[in-house]
Amino acid sequence: MPEVRTSKTPVVPPQEASESTATLLRELVSHLRQNRTQLRQEWAHRITEAKLLTAMSADEIFTEATAVYDQYVEALETGTFEALQAYARNLSERIIPRGVEIHEVVGIVLLLRDVLARSLFAKYQGDFAKLNRILDAYEPAANRIANTVAVGFVQERERIIREQQEAIRELSTPVLQVRERLLILPIIGVIDPQRARQLTEQLLRGIRTNRAKVVVIDITGVAAMDSQIANHLVQTVEASRLLGATVIVTGLSPEIAQTLVNIGVDLGKMSTVGDLQGGIEGAERLLGYKVVPIKEQGPNT
Amino acid sequence: MAVPILKQGPYLIATIQSALTDADLVQLRDALVGKVGSYRSSGVIVDVTALDVLDSFASRTLRDLAHMIRLRGAETVIVGIQPEVAFTMVRLGLTLEGVATALELEEGLFYLAQKLHSARQEG
Repeated sequence: MPEVRTSKTPVVPPQEASESTATLLRELVSHLRQNRTQLRQEWAHRITEAKLLTAMSADEIFTEATAVYDQYVEALETGTFEALQAYARNLSERIIPRGVEIHEVVGIVLLLRDVLARSLFAKYQGDFAKLNRILDAYEPAANRIANTVAVGFVQERERIIREQQEAIRELSTPVLQVRERLLILPIIGVIDPQRARQLTEQLLRGIRTNRAKVVVIDITGVAAMDSQIANHLVQTVEASRLLGATVIVTGLSPEIAQTLVNIGVDLGKMSTVGDLQGGIEGAERLLGYKVVPIKEQGPNT
Repeated sequence: MAVPILKQGPYLIATIQSALTDADLVQLRDALVGKVGSYRSSGVIVDVTALDVLDSFASRTLRDLAHMIRLRGAETVIVGIQPEVAFTMVRLGLTLEGVATALELEEGLFYLAQKLHSARQEG
């Protein structure tokens, strides 16, 4: 292979090379258009044979295969990939929820590339130099197409993941009012810096809108905390104080307590209570509430 | 721009209307500390709702103001710090330690009334 290429390179000057690439691609495209039905069938057959896209029925595979084939040929012809990219994204959107994996998508595109290359071998087997030139024109374009489709798929997937992360984050930081002027903020799960920032923002906004005087932050559901997050928690407590609200932190696990002591967090700035119940009771005391069981009030009051 | 200081019963209320220069802040501090004595006020409220920045000089001046007024026998409440301002201040380590804060003017008045009440009971 290399020696053939070196024998060819001096013959064709660079400008002409690009021109002849265009000519060759045109020839290629007309070949692919002529043999559309046959190649398409061959491809769909090989997809089924390789057990790819098992989540889809044979009919669906054939329909998608037709569309992909046409897009593929069009991308080869025009050299622009926008339409293909849009199609790849659209296709990903439809097939990702059905459990189609990235290796399947890349697999089918590579299969198509191979099927088409084989048909080129068959067509130009008599003229080795021509075949070589055709492949020179075909391979970069085909690789770019495979690339585009794979990237489109991955991008679509990442977009979905981002959306889901956003949704989870929104759900994961509720600021709840349990009594007039008393908010609770239960934190569950891992706190990363971004979530910590969001928690603080929502809490400070919540204090303002609910006119809260006391806030109970419950971190029973937090397994571990590093120094950065611990400092952030202390800052949140202080910022809340600047808004005129007292913060009570409840449910510190032994591990977190140890972390806080080890990193030397100033505990004077934070009031902590063992569990959420104790925290709410403390908050009610601060607000001047007193919870009395009904029977103790006597029958006639 | 000078900050108007209003006398309301036993309290003085200073509402900052726009961003202040360092000189304005010092002037406000001196005016309040002086008037607390001349009006025999028992409480001072500084309303910073209009400010979207409280830098280190402003925080320090407000803290000094509160401490000076306490030495003159009155209480100070800073009210209306915006959530974003509060968090920025804390990040910069400006926590107004030892200074009472409240959400807004009404809360501040309520806080001072309670203070005054408990002081009278003790006295």
